[in-house]
Amino acid sequence: MNGRALNLLGLGLVAVIGIAFLVLIPRLFELDVVLELTVYMIMAILALSLALIWGYGGILCFGQSAFFGLGAYTYAIAVFNIGESTIPLLLAIVLPAAFAALLGYFMFYGRISDVYLGVITLTVTLILFNSVNSTAGPEFRIGSARLGGFNGIPGIPPLNFPGNKASPIDLEGMFYLATISLLATYFGLRLLLASRFGRIIVGIRENERRAELLGYDPRAYKLATFTIGGALAGFAGCLFANWGNFVSPTIFGLAQSAQIIIWVIVGGRGTLIGPIVGCIGIQWLTTALGANQPSGGPDWWAKIFANAPLILGIILIAFVLLVPKGLVPTLGDLGQWLLSSRGKRAKTRLEPKRAEEG
Amino acid sequence: MDLVALLAIQVLYAIASLALISVGLAIIFGMMRVINLAHGEFLMLGGYAAIVATNNGVNIWLSMLVVAPIVVGLIGVVVERTIIRFLYGRMIDTMLATWGLSLFLVGLTTAIFGNTTVGISAPLGSFQIGAYRTSAYTLFVIAVAAVVLAAIFAVMRWTRLGLIARGTMQNANMAAALGVNPPRVYAITFGVGAALSGLAGAVLAPVSGVFPTIGVAYVAKSFITVIGGGAAILTGTVSASALFGTINQIATFVTTPVFGEVALLGAAIVLIRLLPQGITGRFFRRGL
Repeated sequence: MNGRALNLLGLGLVAVIGIAFLVLIPRLFELDVVLELTVYMIMAILALSLALIWGYGGILCFGQSAFFGLGAYTYAIAVFNIGESTIPLLLAIVLPAAFAALLGYFMFYGRISDVYLGVITLTVTLILFNSVNSTAGPEFRIGSARLGGFNGIPGIPPLNFPGNKASPIDLEGMFYLATISLLATYFGLRLLLASRFGRIIVGIRENERRAELLGYDPRAYKLATFTIGGALAGFAGCLFANWGNFVSPTIFGLAQSAQIIIWVIVGGRGTLIGPIVGCIGIQWLTTALGANQPSGGPDWWAKIFANAPLILGIILIAFVLLVPKGLVPTLGDLGQWLLSSRGKRAKTRLEPKRAEEG
Repeated sequence: MDLVALLAIQVLYAIASLALISVGLAIIFGMMRVINLAHGEFLMLGGYAAIVATNNGVNIWLSMLVVAPIVVGLIGVVVERTIIRFLYGRMIDTMLATWGLSLFLVGLTTAIFGNTTVGISAPLGSFQIGAYRTSAYTLFVIAVAAVVLAAIFAVMRWTRLGLIARGTMQNANMAAALGVNPPRVYAITFGVGAALSGLAGAVLAPVSGVFPTIGVAYVAKSFITVIGGGAAILTGTVSASALFGTINQIATFVTTPVFGEVALLGAAIVLIRLLPQGITGRFFRRGL
């Protein structure tokens, strides 16, 4: 089987699993499970946004949660002011994208190197966190929406069917919306990466100088990638604000940013399915560890296993040191090695290894 | 007039505390090119070390100036030996691993000390400037920063250890060829950087209190100070602290502390855009 066929097989497999998931889950499980899975789907879209920027674009963004939070806040503020949710949804995509474009222009056209880029995105996230956190007073309002500071904004009106304010999307509808959005994002990104644009951004990631000498402007391509990533993260933020009907400044927090990076690094940089797997796996793990403590168990159990930073920290260190490529590429390598080691053994018998030359 | 004097002390204090929290990171970043995102947690550990020691009957000055640096320095050496040394030359991976370490330390201290602020009261009382009173501890922090910076200068400039450190920093391969053992220099450097962070965390603990996530408040500020300062450890830290500290304090004075912080971070972004090599990449190039 050649690479192209494998590729198509993979795509088909994802489509089949996705559709089966979409159709079966609400029929098989109670609403609480569906609700839990909805947030996994939303976070998976967020994971894909960083998978594009970092995994394919080679831009390490420590502040992906800035765009996520901006999307959530934009939606919340706009929907309170407008009432109907179609325009707020669009704003929640456009505004983070514009912010990403502005920040990206500043960073890429300033030719700021990788590491500094990480620090700047981190700093921007902290600025947003600090600013929004301190808007608790009643004087901080945009139109009819109170920003609420560290208390957050509760009771955000849900999305409605476009143009029809009277028919909001219910909880099950949110599951369908989130899952379909995730599938659309996945296939959309696959298409994007298979296009000329996708090839060029991967080329720039591999060797920026060479790409530039071949006549491509890395700054423009990076900026475009960063902007698309910002738009996707904003969209995920909008869905998230809908899911809980609530948004608070912790959405900008470092813990949130760290999580996104951990999903991508656990799943694997340079793949799209990896970050989705990583995201769902980690989310499930932290929820399960926190929720399933034995009743009457020892006190330290909760202190260790219900302690998300502790667990996430260990996972991050372990993956960087031991599985730096991430799960999906490592499993792929393993599969390839198993397949080829047989073939290789047969081959070596046929043609003895030539003596090393020079 | 009194107000001007008070403001001057506040500005000096802002500069001193920035320099204090950044200098450990500057040493680690400047010498080893390692971005230590667990830096804030080293400061936090310093604070806890001082408070736990004080609460167990150790003299407060002893626990701040001796116990905290030693404890955090040892932790730093352990971290370097178990995590960092596998990642030299992989800057991004070091960043990620130390971020993991930072989360781990936050989780660990939350498990041990709980999620509440602990504190010790600042010693030394207060003194009078005209119509205003201000804490004498402020002056102590300024003095500690001055002593630490002077000590680093003396060690770097006049001792054999400083010579070896500067040599390794400029060209590790050449230093190795001349008989220096770079891994040992790196372990010591990381330990010293961590110890200084521990000291800073302990000295600032009576001012701010200590809680597991306090590192977040420090880490961004110290990073932009180091990066804004550029390649030269000492000159860079001092010049960037002077710039950012002044901006922070004046913006705080005019508006609110939160806006002061935002002004500091915003100024840093503009500075990095204008001087990507930091202040010492353009000015004071011969500085230490």
